[in-house]
Amino acid sequence: MARAVTSQRKAINTVVAWAIGLLIFFPILWTILTSFKTEAQAIASPPIFLNFDWTLENYAVVQERSNYMRFLWNSVIIAGGSTLLGVLIAVPAAWSMAFVPSKRTKDILLWMLSTKMLPAVGVLYPIYLLFIQLGLLDSRAGLVIVIMLINLPIIVWMLYTYFREIPGEILEAARMDGATLREEIIYVLTPMAIPGIASTILLNFILAWNEAFWTLNLTAVNAAPLTAFIASYSSPEGLFFAKLSAASTMAIAPILILGWFSQKQLVRGLTFGAVK
Amino acid sequence: MATQHSRSAARLMMAPAVFLLLVWMLVPLSMTLWFSFRRFLPLRGGDQGFVGFENYTRFVSSSSFWPAVQTTLIIVVGILIITVCFGILLSLLLDQPMWGQGIVRILVIAPFFVMPTVSALVWKNMFMDPVNGLLAHLWRFFGADPVVWLSDVPIFSIVMIVSWQWLPFATLILLTAIQSLDSEQLEAAEMDGAPVLKRFWFIILPHLSRAITIVILIQTIFLLSIFAEIFVTTGGAFGTRTLTYLIFQRVLESQNVGLGSAGGVYAIILANIVALFLMRIVGKNLDA
Repeated sequence: MARAVTSQRKAINTVVAWAIGLLIFFPILWTILTSFKTEAQAIASPPIFLNFDWTLENYAVVQERSNYMRFLWNSVIIAGGSTLLGVLIAVPAAWSMAFVPSKRTKDILLWMLSTKMLPAVGVLYPIYLLFIQLGLLDSRAGLVIVIMLINLPIIVWMLYTYFREIPGEILEAARMDGATLREEIIYVLTPMAIPGIASTILLNFILAWNEAFWTLNLTAVNAAPLTAFIASYSSPEGLFFAKLSAASTMAIAPILILGWFSQKQLVRGLTFGAVK
Repeated sequence: MATQHSRSAARLMMAPAVFLLLVWMLVPLSMTLWFSFRRFLPLRGGDQGFVGFENYTRFVSSSSFWPAVQTTLIIVVGILIITVCFGILLSLLLDQPMWGQGIVRILVIAPFFVMPTVSALVWKNMFMDPVNGLLAHLWRFFGADPVVWLSDVPIFSIVMIVSWQWLPFATLILLTAIQSLDSEQLEAAEMDGAPVLKRFWFIILPHLSRAITIVILIQTIFLLSIFAEIFVTTGGAFGTRTLTYLIFQRVLESQNVGLGSAGGVYAIILANIVALFLMRIVGKNLDA
């Protein structure tokens, strides 16, 4: 007999799981709710949950104060640009590691991952100086390059694990039929690899979007993305809960929606292809 | 089999990625090494020449060095323990049959999308504020004195905030691993009368070991360099100064590049010790 699941047990599971799920989600929910309150209601004691006068005023104030769209646009450019550039560089590398492995492939992969362990702060000043020399400080191009580089090892690693799942026989068959290397990559490999590439792009877009060391330290005004937008609320404006909440909601909403819509690909991407 | 032709093509295709990472690693690293041997105060006299190992000895003998190393390790290990333990429990729960599983998963995964600056600010002000924070309200509701989280138990608070962000990641990886477990094996054990704890210990946990390794490896990489959460919440005060933060302060706040660079070299060494240790485990698991 298969494991019989009584509906009683299922009901208990459901209640417990929903309770924990809501508890974990609560800080986000609370932030979204607070963003629609007035400042007075936001700090009311005892706290008000739903029965307040819903207002959009905070959003208007935040927008007026700091021009949200410019930060949003910077975030999109930096996260999108660095991810796409990274994938363009990583696909050939991951392809060759997966299909033409040599004795050193594993060492190269581990070395790449180890560059990720280089503490950013250890090289902050040199990068800062180089950026001044090259005129890249506070420029989107500079951040695209830096964030591409810090995520490149992860992109290569993820693509490598996905590519390795593609059976080599198919490639050999294509080769037998006279496909050139280029054709092989474009017509045979790419279509099979698209789900993996999509997961990789998604996850790295999110990592780049949320990156908060380089974006805080290498930007001032022109290239500042949403991480900097929100950091400007650290004090003393952070004491205005409603406005802080509105700004927070504006900063996380795009990625939260994207993440929820693409949950399946993302879960696959999150496991770095390492767990099946 | 791979031909000579495809081999050289492969090398060519790998070249851009390898070259870029090599430059990214070597150029800043050698500059950091160079500065670490110099007395370099950009705002107070600039580069004043070689001083040998002075920066290195000063950085280590500073009273904030060992506490910073200790804080770093406590924070990283604390977060790892919390996320792995709760991640296992949560993934076991989410694997059970229930209504609305998809929605629960969406709720659980959500914190991963929240950028560190936002989660730090929201936690700091709206939850941990000793007057208006939600936790303060909760404490008062039960008649207790509100805790001043970020100055009374600062490390615990930061560990909580960062664990909240990383729990979804651990849970999802572990859940994926649990779902691939052969259920017949579990059923057989159940029929043989193995109690729940034994089934967990001898069947589920060994099956999860690879996933746990991945969680620890990837989280450690990201956690060793947490910055925004400390920058926004305590600014390194109340004993929450990690090695990363200490170096940041030396370089940017006290504008002592030589000293900060020496600290950077120490941080790189520490990271490499951890990396070496982790790479061994992962390298073994790679073939499996």
